[in-house]
Parts: sequence; C-alpha cells; structure tokens
Amino acid sequence: MTFTPDTFYALIAAVLFAGFVAVTLLGAIVAVAARSLVRNVTGLALSFLGLAGLYYFLHSPFLALMQILIYVGAICVTIMFAMMLAELHEETRSWFMTILTGVGSFVAACAFAIPLILLVRRSSWMPAPAAQVNIGSIEDLGRALLTRYGFAFELISVVLLLAILGALAVARSGRKPNS
Amino acid sequence: MMTLLHNDFVLEMIRLVLYAVGLIAFAAFNAAYLSLLERKIPSWFQLRYGPKEVGWWGLLQPVADGIKLLTKQLLVQRGADVVLFKLAPAMVVIPAIMCLATIPFSETLVPRNINLGLLVIFSFSAIHVIGTMLGGWASYNKYASIAAARVVAQNIAYEIPLLLILVSLVMITHSFNLHTIVDQQAGGFWRWNVLRLSASPLMPVAFIIYFICMLAESNRAPFDMVEAESELIAGAFTEYSGMGFGLFFIAEYANIVVGCALGTILFLGGWHCPFGLLPGLHWFLIKMYFLCFTVIWVRWSFPRTQFYGLLNLSWKVLIPIALANLMITAIMLKLF
Repeated sequence: MTFTPDTFYALIAAVLFAGFVAVTLLGAIVAVAARSLVRNVTGLALSFLGLAGLYYFLHSPFLALMQILIYVGAICVTIMFAMMLAELHEETRSWFMTILTGVGSFVAACAFAIPLILLVRRSSWMPAPAAQVNIGSIEDLGRALLTRYGFAFELISVVLLLAILGALAVARSGRKPNS
Repeated sequence: MMTLLHNDFVLEMIRLVLYAVGLIAFAAFNAAYLSLLERKIPSWFQLRYGPKEVGWWGLLQPVADGIKLLTKQLLVQRGADVVLFKLAPAMVVIPAIMCLATIPFSETLVPRNINLGLLVIFSFSAIHVIGTMLGGWASYNKYASIAAARVVAQNIAYEIPLLLILVSLVMITHSFNLHTIVDQQAGGFWRWNVLRLSASPLMPVAFIIYFICMLAESNRAPFDMVEAESELIAGAFTEYSGMGFGLFFIAEYANIVVGCALGTILFLGGWHCPFGLLPGLHWFLIKMYFLCFTVIWVRWSFPRTQFYGLLNLSWKVLIPIALANLMITAIMLKLF
C-alpha cells in the first residue's frame, strides 16, 4: 500500500467512522443494560454523541451540532434533573417478574427490529453521492421550515405551547405541606 | 516515502499538530496563571501579599502547585461508581478544550474556521454539565450529590437566557461564523456589537446578561453553588484528589477563557482596535484578559448568592429581559 495523503485521509475517516459506530452501539447497550439509572443516562449521552458524529459523516454538521446541543445538552440533562428530584431506590424483583420483563422487552424489541430489518432489506439503496447533494445550510433549512414545512413547524410550536401550559397548570397549585 | 513529502499535506499535518498542542498548552497555561492571578488580585483588594515565596512575585507558584497535584495519590472513595468517577474529569475537560478550536484569535490565527463556529462552542460547552454532575453523583458523598443536583438546575436555568441573547445576536449578524461576526465590527468601538444601538437599543444589556450567564455557566462566583466551600466543602469535587481535581480545575479556567473570548468576539469587536489602529492578536488578548480580570474581580467583590436567589434571578429577571430583547430586535429588524 502506497502511503499518500488520500489514503491517509481515507484511513483516518474510516477509523473515525468505526469509532463513532462503536460509541453509538456501546452507548446504546449501556443505556439499556446497565443497572444504575445514572449509568443508563450516561450511556444514552454517549450514544447521542456517536450519532452526532455519524451525522457529520452524512455531510450535515448543523444536524450533528444540534444533536449534541439538544439531545446531550438538554434532554440528557433534563433526565438527570428529573432523577435528582425523584427518590432513587434499587428495586428487588422476584424471578417471575425478571423473566416476564425479559420476555416482554424481547417481544417489544422484535416488534421494532423486524420491520426495520425488513425495511433495510427491501428498500432499494442509492449509491452514496461523492459530495453533498444539497448545501443543507442553515438558510436552506430555515427557508424550508417556514415555507414547505410551515404547517408541521406550527404544529410543533402548538405542542410545545401545550406542554408549557400543562407544566404551568401542574405547578399552579404549588407545594402543599404533607402531600 | 517520497509521496509523504507532499507539500500541502505535510504543512497541514504540522499545522494540525501545532494547533492541537498549542490549544492544550494554552488551556493549561491559563489555568496555571489565572489561578495565580486569582490569588494575587484579591490580595491587593484585601491589603495582603498573596503568594510571593516561590519565584519572583510568586511566578513559579503554579509550577509548585502542578507538581503537588501530579504527585498526589488518586483516591477513589469506597462505594463510589469507579467508572463514572474516572470518566467525569475527562468529560469536563475535553469539551472545554475543544471549544477553543473554533475561536479566531486574530485575522489569521484561527485553528479551524467553521461556518457554524458559534454553535460548535455552545453544543460542546453543554457537555460539561453532565461531566460535573456525574463527578458529583459518582463520588458517593452527600455534599457532592447536593452539588450535582445544583449544577443541573443552575445550568438549565442559565442556558435559556444565554441562548435567547445569542438568537437575537445572530438575527443581527446573519451568521454563525465567528470570523464574519468579528469582521462586521471593524472600524472602531462605536461599531462593536455592544454599542450597535441601531440594531437593538438593548445591546449593552444583552452584553451584561451574556456576562452574567457566562459566570453562571462556568460556575463562577457569585454563582459557584457547585463548589460552595462554606456549605459543601468542595461540592462536586470533594472526593477528587490529585490530577482528578486538577482536570476540573483546568476545565473551569478553560471555560472562563472560552466565555471571555466569546464575549470579546461577539460583543467587543474581537481583534479590532477601539480606534481603528493596528488590529491584531494583542487587542484580542487585551480585551479577553480584561474580561477574565473582571471575572476574578466579581468573585472577590460579591458574596455568594443563595440558591433560590440564583434561580429567581434567571427565571424572573434574565429570561424576561432576554425575551424582550429578542422581540425588540425582531421588530427593529423588520422596521428598519
């Protein structure tokens, strides 16, 4: 193998890609399999970080950064926040419940995994374009959100507004002693 | 092997290595000497000497501190979550240094000029919250756990006004590219974003809100609830010894440097001179270190707030003002 800049860049890219895939999968496994809740969330955060790297490989740095900012910076932190407010106690399960949850989660996982695998097998894949197809700049995204996908955009804002109102309604009554 | 001497390629590799080493050295150097200033400046305020034994004017004190930190034993508390305990310092320090990679120090001195530079800094600086929180939680220590809960609440509260201010700023500059943002402010101090009153009359207020949020995001006094030593010993870092603590320390100062550098770039005209003379790296450093000095100045001038005061300030004062600033900016942009 001749050692040229091109092969070197390709090698680095391949190593990074493998690293991101490994981090995504490992994080996902930790998120599901670990016993302590804090470790689960850490695994989730690692998985999101790896996913952000994969988005970068798909030529969309904006999406990658948003993935970090929103999923790692906001969602994982919010989950941690909720965990801090809740009382954590390690629950002990009977063997029957362990088997039941095992079987139940296997069935639920299959319900997602089998259609996904079928979808991957059946769909006709395009060869990857060598360069970026569209620019995918923030301007394009903003224009698309406010014109073509305006309705979905507005619907999302309605959902968020409802969530805020709901949170206010829940918090409205305030804290009562001994409740 | 002749192909290895491809000119551009070799230069690019040298550039990459130099910047990587340089940025890490810059972060460590700042941690060392800002911590010296952090002891010297209050000593002037309080009519004391401060460190003066090690080296002239105490200049070798950071080296002595570094040797002390490096030679200490790394202890892990019984009952601690060992993996997370050891992962936490890395998760705090790596993003802090990565943020430095998009900061343009001068017209030509920029490690990586990315179009989304501003977003890069904000997305990576969001990670350190998780790191600090994990460190506090994994320590298996009451004080550290309280600090972990505090850091999460505090950072959620202060990220909102910070991002709202930045949204209004980006609406004015039309760009996430830090280089472009600085270029727009060329010419003199009246063209800096902090005085761009034609875009929004609240710009100076926006700068003050940015500065307050930056203090809170990097857990600095008067918002250092994470490390409130009078109530929580050393907060989230209580159980860390040696270089484990040292990494948190480097990360704290790296976050301050990133925050001050970003304040300089976004509001104070980056490397441009206030009077249009001799733009360059020195102006950037002067402004950045003035902001760093202000951070230390604030720490030794104001007592630590209460936690409720901290959250009230964000939710009841800063967020409404930031929202008002956003609306005024939008209206001004539409009208003029």
